[in-house]
Amino acid sequence: MQKIGVFVCHCGTNIAATVDVKKVVELVRYEPGVVFADDYMYMCSEAGQEKIIEAIKEYKLTGLVICSCSPRMHEKTFRACAEKAGLNPYMVEVANIREQCSWIHKDKEEATKKAVILARAAIAKVNLNTPLKEGESPVTKRALVIGGGIAGIQTALDIADAGYEVDIVEKEPSIGGRMSQFDKTFPTLDCASCILTPKMVEVNQHPNITLYTYSEVEKVSGYVGNFDVDIRKKARSVDADKCTGCGECSAKCPLGKIGNIPSEFDRGLRNRPAIYMPFAQAVPAVPVIDRANCTYFKTGKCGVCAKICPSKAVDYEQQDEIVTVKYGAIVVATGFDIINLDKFGEYAYNESPDVITSIELERLMNAAGPTGGHLERMSDHKQPKDIVFIQCVGSRCDSEEKGKPYCSKVCCMYTAKHAMLIKDHWPDTNITVFYIDVRTPGKNFDEFYRRAVEQYHVNYIKGQVGKVKPQPDGTLLVQAADLLDGKQINMKADMVVLAAAIEPNPGVRKIATMLTASIDNNNFLTEAHAKLRPVESPTAGIFLSGMAQGPKDIPETVSQAGAAAVKVIGLLAKDHLKTNPCTAQCDTLLCNGCSTCANVCPYGAITYDDVQVMDHGLRETRRVAQVNLALCQGCGACTSACPSGAMDLQGFSNRQITTEVDAICR
Amino acid sequence: MQELINRLKELIADGTVVRAIGWKKGDMPYNPEPAYFEKPEDFDNFVYDGFCGANLSKMMIEAAKLEGKTAVCLKPCDTYSFNQLIREHRVNRENTYIIGVGCRGKLDIEKARKEGIKGIKSIAGVDIEGDGDVTFDTIYGEKKMAYKDLMLDRCHVCKGKDHVIFDEVIGESKDTADADRFEEVIKIEKMTPEERFAFFKSELSKCIRCNACRNVCPACSCRKCVFDNTKFDSQQKANVDSFEEKMFHIIRAFHVAGRCTDCGECSRVCPEGIPLHLFNRKFIKDIDTFYGEFQAGKDPEAQSPLTDFTFDDLEPKDAVGRGDK
Amino acid sequence: MPMNEENKEFRPLIVAFCCNWCSYAGADLAGSSRLSYPADVKIIRVPCSGRVNPMFILRAFERGADGVIICGCHPGDCHYSTGNYYARRRMALLFSMLEYIGVENGRTRVEWCSAAEGAKFSKTMNEFCEKIKSLGENVRLGDLRCKN
Repeated sequence: MQKIGVFVCHCGTNIAATVDVKKVVELVRYEPGVVFADDYMYMCSEAGQEKIIEAIKEYKLTGLVICSCSPRMHEKTFRACAEKAGLNPYMVEVANIREQCSWIHKDKEEATKKAVILARAAIAKVNLNTPLKEGESPVTKRALVIGGGIAGIQTALDIADAGYEVDIVEKEPSIGGRMSQFDKTFPTLDCASCILTPKMVEVNQHPNITLYTYSEVEKVSGYVGNFDVDIRKKARSVDADKCTGCGECSAKCPLGKIGNIPSEFDRGLRNRPAIYMPFAQAVPAVPVIDRANCTYFKTGKCGVCAKICPSKAVDYEQQDEIVTVKYGAIVVATGFDIINLDKFGEYAYNESPDVITSIELERLMNAAGPTGGHLERMSDHKQPKDIVFIQCVGSRCDSEEKGKPYCSKVCCMYTAKHAMLIKDHWPDTNITVFYIDVRTPGKNFDEFYRRAVEQYHVNYIKGQVGKVKPQPDGTLLVQAADLLDGKQINMKADMVVLAAAIEPNPGVRKIATMLTASIDNNNFLTEAHAKLRPVESPTAGIFLSGMAQGPKDIPETVSQAGAAAVKVIGLLAKDHLKTNPCTAQCDTLLCNGCSTCANVCPYGAITYDDVQVMDHGLRETRRVAQVNLALCQGCGACTSACPSGAMDLQGFSNRQITTEVDAICR
Repeated sequence: MQELINRLKELIADGTVVRAIGWKKGDMPYNPEPAYFEKPEDFDNFVYDGFCGANLSKMMIEAAKLEGKTAVCLKPCDTYSFNQLIREHRVNRENTYIIGVGCRGKLDIEKARKEGIKGIKSIAGVDIEGDGDVTFDTIYGEKKMAYKDLMLDRCHVCKGKDHVIFDEVIGESKDTADADRFEEVIKIEKMTPEERFAFFKSELSKCIRCNACRNVCPACSCRKCVFDNTKFDSQQKANVDSFEEKMFHIIRAFHVAGRCTDCGECSRVCPEGIPLHLFNRKFIKDIDTFYGEFQAGKDPEAQSPLTDFTFDDLEPKDAVGRGDK
Repeated sequence: MPMNEENKEFRPLIVAFCCNWCSYAGADLAGSSRLSYPADVKIIRVPCSGRVNPMFILRAFERGADGVIICGCHPGDCHYSTGNYYARRRMALLFSMLEYIGVENGRTRVEWCSAAEGAKFSKTMNEFCEKIKSLGENVRLGDLRCKN
């Protein structure tokens, strides 16, 4: 029989207001195994923990039950406290009488009754606890960053500067991400490329950073400190070692002039050749052949690029290559794109080339863009005199099928930026912005937006646009409602710019599944704690950086990137990690050797061996299950699948759960 | 039958096998018992006729551990069980010589008893080769019954007379399937919940926990059954309450779900006549409906449905309230 | 089964098995957001919904539970990648068998609830309690009630 001590926490009034703490103590004092029961204001405080240590020593406790907040909050605290007093930390159980009792029930009598039941269940479980020892696992001192946009770049630089090796895997031919497509950035209006490209070059030249561009993560196995990742290096069809980045191939590719391959970088506003670098400052400066559209790969004819390449770098035979690399930590920085606008037919995006998205506007205004920085309508190349900006296209949307429920955070600011930049260049342009709210949450943001209104006289109308109708004369008719004046507006426009909602990069769900990282219904990766752990995934060893975790602008992205890097560094700085001791265990005398458990283990932690057993005087060789404690993560899948009950899970054993059920159903 | 006996004697004589497992005459003409045969004299008691319903595959778990090979006579349905045992690494295939024996259906003495036939002295017409009616020589005179009417229920829904694993086949088989396998299950599904509960309550309250069903089932081959395992707090032996045994049957059926080959032995050996196969067939029907048709034991490489999944599996809430689908 | 109208209102006994990573965290979020649900629900923490053995569920009913609900991560988001897929299959077969032997539909339920879905957790528990209340006391699976 154990000697169990029970502590019931008041948590100030958080618990004590709805649960009669003293009564709980009274009622559990005589539970089987309990030798000591007490209550206190704040168990997690210094004083509270001192009481625990004293009680353990005085009563020679072998088990501890704390009735308090959720174990997800303070189980670690109380385990550490027990260890200090000389008690094995796994002889501690927490009964959740706050989040799952006092905070949700209003009637004191009911809440107290429930608290007693939960305490009894925890006591029954502790009676069956056995001391467990954490194992140790090594840490591979190398980090992987998935995504080479500003978030991934910044995270990698911070990790590399701290002295650790880091790899960036980017699926596009160049790093840079969305930011490389922008013209200027708010609120300082500096040129996006000017601040980004030095970082891109730094990444390329950093001795601790290895770049895998035009590559994708294909398989991830392992666990924190010891991930094995398969990276598929897609075939560029160009030998990167030989290529000098001269650009002759792209210049001479026949499809550059006569083809109709839309340039992804320029959002389809102009075409590109089949062999191409996405943009002039691409890192690495090595082109890629788009095999799906290349004449040589489709018909076997052409081959001009290979012929004219001065370094003989073009290699049509190049194959995808898969490399397997070990990492200690993985950062997800997969970024975003804007939503597809097919469901927003009312804005005529697919009908008129003069209805564009904000990111297309960035390309048009960029000096390296399809129009050399000259703002013109895509229909007749005339300069627009009247421009209408429509905000919240697909953001804050009621209908789940149509758009996104969240606010995309960056659109109010970038529209103000666009309006001011256009006015700067072409002061006599009339600009109207239809908005629901204007959100300017950052430093100097509100001053920025007010400049647009007060100084640049951009016409902000609080209203919603019902329809954009292309007119026979080539202009657009914008029909909207002005919500402050309460009237309908019919406005003529030469160009309409849609601030479309952002969404996480569509491929992220596959990556989240590979990493077993939590992801929400909007495809944003979930953080371990919304306030206190915003850059870590609940899955140990996985970290989050940038838009992949939620909408944010560049200053926030860079902040978060640094935060993620620090967490990674904290992990890689350790030589060993403590492993979870709540692992599966096979009773070899009961095991049938049927392999059912091995079939359901997600980590391949179970193997079968022929082992000599001594069973009631009979010596035999039997095929039995062996659990690799380094790989076992303690999920219990094997335990439920085992028909004979030979496989059990320490910390959540069959008897422990059964006894909890019994205690609750008493 | 003589061909079978001769062949077994031959295999022992030429050293291919050291012993054979078959059936020997019991105390009554209608209850032969599984037995080992080693010496030629042992075969004097060998019998293989219509009452040899016992599935001998389970005996190979222990027999295959003995020195030298063992021959075993497996009916077509028994071979599925054997395959399943191979899949679960319970039996050593190398040490087994499988004789696939022909079958034209096996007989249930309870059916004769229901017709009022008793005091049986001898029975004719039950040998493997043969065609006509079964004749009972009783102390009350001669009684006849059609072979088909005497057949075990499970033979009416026979999976097929092809042996799925064998080293050689002896004897012809005759198809006996003439009913739908899931007919009884569907009939129960169509009842109201109250009727179903009353039905199962009345059936299961007969259970005396003799464990015959568990002992005969080839899928129930755990070294230590969970119901004897002190580590699970589920060990139960005494029938304290009339409905206590409900847990035993459901859990046993669940543990063999996806592994049960539907050999029908459980129902055959139950001394209380509880239709245990109704649980197993319900699981089989559900597995077929939800996850695709699956016959345990047919393909030793196939993954059991309960250790497999697809991303689009149906939700548990859609598994109920389906009416009689 | 009709409600016990004699003296007291019928308070069902509901056992919830919640997986540590998603649904238990969702329950905590419901708590921090002060979204109430009846005190009849008692939660047992398991590492994964795949840890829930049908024997626990039957044991709960046997010992007096009126309803059992299993909560886990959404399929595809299991912290241990595949646990909830096996749970899904196991529970589908178990629920179908319970229906077959005549146990009322609705005494068992599986709900996928992520760590961010505190409101969903609370709503689910409220609904489930209502359902069990309407079904009344569990008699059909409770013949070995060891009320001590």
